[in-house]
Amino acid sequence: MPLPAVTSSPVLERLREQIGAARAAGGMLRIRGGDSKSWYGNPVPGPVLDVRDYAGVVAYDPAELVITARCGTPLAEIEATIAQNGQMLPFEPPHFGPTATLGGCIAAGLAGPRRAYAGAIRDYVLGVTIMNARGEVMRFGGQVMKNVAGYDVARLMAGSLGTLGVILDVSLRLLPVPVATHSLRFVMDENQAIETLNHWAGKPVPMSASAWHEGELLLRLSGSKAGVQSAIAQLGGDLVADDGSTAYWQALREQTSDFFAPSATALWRIAVPPTTPALALEGAQWLEWGGGLRWWRTPEPAAEIRRVAERAGGHATLFRRGTNTEGGLPAFSSIPGPLAAIQRRLKAVFDPTGIFNPCRIDPRF
Amino acid sequence: MAQAMTTDAGSHHASALDTPPTSAGAQLRARLLNALQTAVPGCQVLTGEENLAPYETDALPVYRQLPLMVALPDDESQVQGVLRECRRLGVPVVPRGGGTSLSGGATPMPNSLVLSLARLTRVLEVDPLARTATVQPGVRNIRISEVAAPYELYYAPDPSSQIACTIGGNVAENAGGLHCLKYGLTVHNILRVKAISMDGEVLEFGSLAPDAPGLDLLALLIGSEGMFAVVTEITVRLIPKPPVAKLVLASFDDVETAGDAVAAIIGEGIIPAGLEMMDKPAIAAVEAFVHAGYDQEAAALLLCEADGNREEVAEEVARICAVLQRHEVRDVQVSSNEAERLKWWSGRKNALPAAGRLAPDYFCMDGSIPRRAIGKLLKRIQGMEEVYGLQCLNVFHAGDGNLHPLILFDGNDADQLRRAEDFGADILERCVELGGTITGEHGVGIEKLNSMCVQFTPAERETFLAIKRAFDPAGLLNADKGIPTHARCAEYGHMHVSGGRLPFPDIERF
Repeated sequence: MPLPAVTSSPVLERLREQIGAARAAGGMLRIRGGDSKSWYGNPVPGPVLDVRDYAGVVAYDPAELVITARCGTPLAEIEATIAQNGQMLPFEPPHFGPTATLGGCIAAGLAGPRRAYAGAIRDYVLGVTIMNARGEVMRFGGQVMKNVAGYDVARLMAGSLGTLGVILDVSLRLLPVPVATHSLRFVMDENQAIETLNHWAGKPVPMSASAWHEGELLLRLSGSKAGVQSAIAQLGGDLVADDGSTAYWQALREQTSDFFAPSATALWRIAVPPTTPALALEGAQWLEWGGGLRWWRTPEPAAEIRRVAERAGGHATLFRRGTNTEGGLPAFSSIPGPLAAIQRRLKAVFDPTGIFNPCRIDPRF
Repeated sequence: MAQAMTTDAGSHHASALDTPPTSAGAQLRARLLNALQTAVPGCQVLTGEENLAPYETDALPVYRQLPLMVALPDDESQVQGVLRECRRLGVPVVPRGGGTSLSGGATPMPNSLVLSLARLTRVLEVDPLARTATVQPGVRNIRISEVAAPYELYYAPDPSSQIACTIGGNVAENAGGLHCLKYGLTVHNILRVKAISMDGEVLEFGSLAPDAPGLDLLALLIGSEGMFAVVTEITVRLIPKPPVAKLVLASFDDVETAGDAVAAIIGEGIIPAGLEMMDKPAIAAVEAFVHAGYDQEAAALLLCEADGNREEVAEEVARICAVLQRHEVRDVQVSSNEAERLKWWSGRKNALPAAGRLAPDYFCMDGSIPRRAIGKLLKRIQGMEEVYGLQCLNVFHAGDGNLHPLILFDGNDADQLRRAEDFGADILERCVELGGTITGEHGVGIEKLNSMCVQFTPAERETFLAIKRAFDPAGLLNADKGIPTHARCAEYGHMHVSGGRLPFPDIERF
């Protein structure tokens, strides 16, 4: 049977009322789940629309590899539930705190170490239910892997940072936890690491994460026992003990190491084509995702960082502001003109008067 | 299907108009032709019924409509020029790739221009280290894997029409294929798309970097059925070719047992490269056509592929066989060499032409349901065969829960055509009822517009229509596809009752 369409409940009525009142007053709302990532994106004015109490797993059948849960469900609860059946969220999302919710995870669109080898959040979003600025509850996509009925609004919600509406529930595709996982350590310089990671990615090697920092390349292999063992034999390097390996990737995913600790200097997230050689910036760096993601602590001016990223065919995000970071600096690289116009019109489809998280992505909408 | 004609009488570069205007359509054609000759002088344009006839339909030939003309641009600037002129004159545009749509996605609109991308066939770059290929939209799906082969890389999505369908069409439809379970759909394998809006603006979606700033418009564009923008350049992700692939062929006495075995394989934590199923009528049809060596006594057949390096494949095949043995399998065989593996696949891949030998026409349906409901739906379809008096073969991507019932009929018999359409709509509505969707990978096109009224509420459909306007405010780009108007749904709601029996069956409908 299809999931029953819930269009009314005390929580939904409360949300609808708050949205209606904001709309009538020409106001704005800051949608908030666990408040674990409120620092991400541009600051949002307006009172909070708290969605935490719209929570719970709606449907989960392990044999279908799909879970549907409400936005306020703690991310930790989702992961614990599916882990009991040997399954995982393949995009390995960072929580950035124990209060992280599923809705916030989807809205932020942030993925962890497995991203380069398993895909982004949007690759695993199968369906969503949202509430728009008119208080209408709408469902897009569904619970099945293949679905091309109507435009793919469900995937559009991943990374939309709450600018299009309230994500009420989401259906995600899951994957089995690989039977075997081991990590290898290599000593090499940055350009050699970038070249090597791209070269390996073109070979049938079961990689599931990679990172380079201060002359050390870490590679995680996940798959069948035989597949992982044969890759270890083929690639060389030093085998990392299992507990050390788990701790390393967990620290990278949650950014708990000293490199990522709050600082005077901003933390920049620079996304570039993975074969891009070492970026010409001053400062310290942690590289991930086979070369596609470069975390930088750099004193260079924002304009220079963005110029370097864009010249390489990528973009730079002011991920965590430092105590020295000038106020008012936009969090994201500028969206090119014609695309920005479309995005502004799309925002208006869901939220014509601009109630939801205005400016969070772009000062223009 | 799309073909370039170079020397026909109706082919223009800068010739005078050969058809005198006799109607509003002809006048519009004359104005458009003059405009294109002035603004885009190098672009070939076809007019005249004999030249337009190959474009009046796609791979769903029960729907036909002659366009005003066909434009065959050679490059991006010509695409831009054609779109600008059509926008200025208010002429609808229907983009067309290989013309292999099974849902009527490339059927011309009345008084429209068909924009064929068939000449944009250049492979612009293959970058083996970055594992990307950048190609024009008219490049055929299989050609990408051919040009990547020297680097032991390939492009994973493999729709059955892959020798003829183009990558531009794949992007428009979010095409799937036989290996989606492990390697994803088109949307999972495209990094960047360059496209021209109906207003003639050049747009770039996505990035060679892992993401791009702002909303993920690339995900929205893929599968938008050519209604947002005309794609002119695509960068696809290439992946390493698995050194070894083995196919497990299993037969069952009962379709529900086979369905349970599918769920059990996935439940075991195995993600096979392919997991396909066929029912008895489908087995008989393909066996008569390609002699794949299938067990013809079986009620259902499973094809389950493992790929990877030698050790991985051996481990996975052993796990698959162990699961099958627990599910009352009649017979299990593992391919012993590449020739045998390809022979077994050839049966499944030729299901559509095999169906074509059994009847003058067939509808290939495309519903998607949760895997656990496969057996239940098959039983329902068997019942429907009697209700509608038509035969149906079932082949499906069992691992994805994506079914392709093939409804056989004779399109020259108006009653059969009507019954086949109702049969199809009935199947799709049962898919929605079972928690699934009316189309898994073929698109809505014009074929499934009515079924969209069943799957989505008026507010959801209004959202789709508004998204369309955000990309194409004038509503000229393939605008009669994908999303039904509210008026159409109101009409469908009035005449529709479930079970395929309409009230007042004798009155004429349109």
